[in-house]
Amino acid sequence: MIESVPDTIEKLQEGLLKKNYSCVELVDYYLNRIKKYDSSLNSFLTISEDSAYSQAKKMDKVLNGGSFSLSEYPLLGVVVSFKDLFLTKGIRTTAGSKVLQSYVPPYSSTVVMKLLSAGAIMIGKTNCDAWAHGASGENSDYGPTKNPWNKKYVPGGSSSGAAVSVSSDFSFVALGTDTGGSVRQPASFTNLVGLKPTYGLVSRYGVVAMASSLDTIGHFTKTVEDSRRILAVTGGIDNYDSTLCGEKGEKIGEKIKIGIPKEYFGEGLDLEVREIILKAIEILKKKGIAFKEVSLPHTEYAVPVYYVIQPAEVSSNLSRYDGVRYGNDRDSFGSEARRRIMLGTYVLSEGYRDAYYLKAMKVRKKISDDFDHVFVDVDAILCPTAPTPAFKLGEKANDPLKMYLADIYTASASLAGIPGLSIPAGFTKDKRPVGMQLLGKRFNENKLFDIGEMFQKLTNYHLEKPVI
Amino acid sequence: MLKKYRPVIGLEVHVELGTRTKMFCSCSANHFLAEPNTNVCPICMGLPGAMPYANKKGIMATIKAGLAFGCEINSFSKFDRKHYYYPDLPKGYQISQYELPICKNGYFDLKESDSKSKKIRIRRIHLEEDTGKLVHRTLEGRKVSLIDYNRSGVPLLEMVTEPDFESANEVDLFLREVQLAVRYLDISGANMEQGSMRLEANVSLCKEEDVFDLKKGIYPDYKVELKNINSFRFLKKALEFEFERQAEILSRNEKVVQETRGFDEVKAVTFSQRVKEEAQDYRYFPEPDIPLLTITVDIVEQVQKSLPELPSQRRERLMKDYFLSSNYTELLVSDLKRAEYFERAVILAKEKDIEINKVVGAMINQNLDIKFSEPAGLIKYLLEIKNKAFVSADEVVASIDVVIHENQQAVLDYQSGKEQILGFLIGQVQRKLKGKGEASLVSEKIKEKLKS
Repeated sequence: MIESVPDTIEKLQEGLLKKNYSCVELVDYYLNRIKKYDSSLNSFLTISEDSAYSQAKKMDKVLNGGSFSLSEYPLLGVVVSFKDLFLTKGIRTTAGSKVLQSYVPPYSSTVVMKLLSAGAIMIGKTNCDAWAHGASGENSDYGPTKNPWNKKYVPGGSSSGAAVSVSSDFSFVALGTDTGGSVRQPASFTNLVGLKPTYGLVSRYGVVAMASSLDTIGHFTKTVEDSRRILAVTGGIDNYDSTLCGEKGEKIGEKIKIGIPKEYFGEGLDLEVREIILKAIEILKKKGIAFKEVSLPHTEYAVPVYYVIQPAEVSSNLSRYDGVRYGNDRDSFGSEARRRIMLGTYVLSEGYRDAYYLKAMKVRKKISDDFDHVFVDVDAILCPTAPTPAFKLGEKANDPLKMYLADIYTASASLAGIPGLSIPAGFTKDKRPVGMQLLGKRFNENKLFDIGEMFQKLTNYHLEKPVI
Repeated sequence: MLKKYRPVIGLEVHVELGTRTKMFCSCSANHFLAEPNTNVCPICMGLPGAMPYANKKGIMATIKAGLAFGCEINSFSKFDRKHYYYPDLPKGYQISQYELPICKNGYFDLKESDSKSKKIRIRRIHLEEDTGKLVHRTLEGRKVSLIDYNRSGVPLLEMVTEPDFESANEVDLFLREVQLAVRYLDISGANMEQGSMRLEANVSLCKEEDVFDLKKGIYPDYKVELKNINSFRFLKKALEFEFERQAEILSRNEKVVQETRGFDEVKAVTFSQRVKEEAQDYRYFPEPDIPLLTITVDIVEQVQKSLPELPSQRRERLMKDYFLSSNYTELLVSDLKRAEYFERAVILAKEKDIEINKVVGAMINQNLDIKFSEPAGLIKYLLEIKNKAFVSADEVVASIDVVIHENQQAVLDYQSGKEQILGFLIGQVQRKLKGKGEASLVSEKIKEKLKS
């Protein structure tokens, strides 16, 4: 039995090639850990043991066959979990909601197929806020997921189980979705690297839609280097998602300049988080990176605008669960989904549409323009991922407005469609992880990865593991 | 009663486009008589996670229709979601077009006769997806409603006219022209029985003294929607019934209820289906899963160049180039297959020095285009006749006498003004002569006889 697994995909695959372990043994390792520890964390909704072993055996055959190249199977042996929003053919997909509690899809999402054909091994489907509505994981109809760094705390959301599956070593990487911060914020709360890619880079086909103009397919890894590797597989056009475009980013120059948006360091920012981010800036400054204060003047409107557009699209996307199919009627929707359906229906109604939805769309453009102006001068923006570290279970559960403010530093990038990368930046005194966020120009993920890798070479935060 | 009122009618015409695949997925768009739920996929069934991918051919066909009806083509167009619940609508919304239809501000010159023509304004032509179909059955003694998604996602073109029609005849004429035009454009079979063409009419009455207001865009303060009517003839009857019904209500100084009405084909009356208290709120918003459509001048020009001859153009050309009567022209033009057969036959006829009149005569009077499925066959036959010695004038006259004797009713009809009966009588004479009568001679002699 394997004792531990290396930190990066590169090292993992070295071990496979040296026959230190097989893919089947990797699956044994993770399944064993899930069985041992997940009952107290609740990060998985479905364990796909059979398909994991059959894929592992297939990959072991490839390995033993000899004549293959890693460029054919760039994710060979990488054990992955999928947020339960990703459709998996023949394997139950619930979206964290009772409405779909027995739904077994007849097809798989593009990203699932891409990962499997790159040699990755699916281990199971992870818990999340129902329909991805939430910032704590507490809105799941299957019970909350707990933070492995301290089980009294939330792991963030909505990709709660996805984050926990990687930080607890239940899978090597995890796929999640980020509509307003649902990958970046839980990454920050669980000491992981979380990527929200540019809108239009990764196919959304086959992923239960939350708010279609904002949804992106992101992932959790321990290192920035691996985040780049996963994106190389997930990104790119398919013939199903017509919002994808094949645009390429720019290369980073010799002199790197990063903007610090003053609006992200004001009221509401936890003092410990603030200190940690400022320290991270100092670390990068020593490496010769230039910093500059910048302004994103429409930042204060991001959360209100987000909570008009997003529920509008939610109300539309959830209307297909009309009780005719899937076995459960609309009474099975939980209170947060109902709240958003009502809010969204209201803002799209005749007479309110102009005042709310169309107005919000106009402000959205202004928020997007803010970023465009700033990126003329800087390669990236650095700011906190979330205003606080992980909060206690139940702390905000009964106050939706407070919960919505957890998106305050992530919603803008979602509205603008730009990429965001959350990277472990330190810990609070009571050992709760804190992430910093890098934002970049559309399709310029590589610049964020370059800066992030530089930071991870200078720090060891990402190597620290929770004691479960 | 109607004299006091003038009908105000606007139309909404739906036409299913005959693309090979559906509008947003690659399933076959052919749903007629297909086994239920066989042409379906996650996209047209609206499964979780499925996304639409727009069919370019559907968009091009809509541009084509727009240009044929004199529309402006919007350089930026988009799809919107139209929300409503119905079991045959799998996503809970229909992908349609709201603010920026592909085509707008068109018109059609409605020719009621050679001298009378009227401009019908077309407000918009847009593209949307068709819904599934509900089938109500009794299975094992239980009444059930089944859903067939084969039709779900089939591209549907919707044309909306301004309320420019003032009679059932105008409506009837216009609809036949629309049907013919989309067939000429080769974008739809526009078959009423198969449901690939569907009609809705909004009808109200305007007091004679207020007719002047119509020109200023001030319309009656109510309208009745006639829906689910599946033939031109029934729509005409339904409209005529509505005129009487509404006139009767208005003449009592009562208000006509704003509602949707259907047509009872047996009783020939309209009946209330749904009373609309207020307009339904569809909560339109832009479909986020489909990018904005950019329709460049180049694309529009390309489509414009590819436009085939339209029925009105063909009518004009046939009459001008071949000196065909308007009667013969209409019989050819109104049947696309026949019109094309004729055009091909004309080319061959010219080569063989056969008169065009003979070709038309053989087709219309003798239905020989049905006998000879290829124009070449018809021409070969006409050539044989031409080369055959004709019978004498005496023999022609003798045959005519017999035919007149045998067809007294037809003769009476002819003499009472039904001139089209002439063709039938000529055909009868030719049959007696085994085709050896010289056409112009037969025609001349029979007319002489019938006059007397």
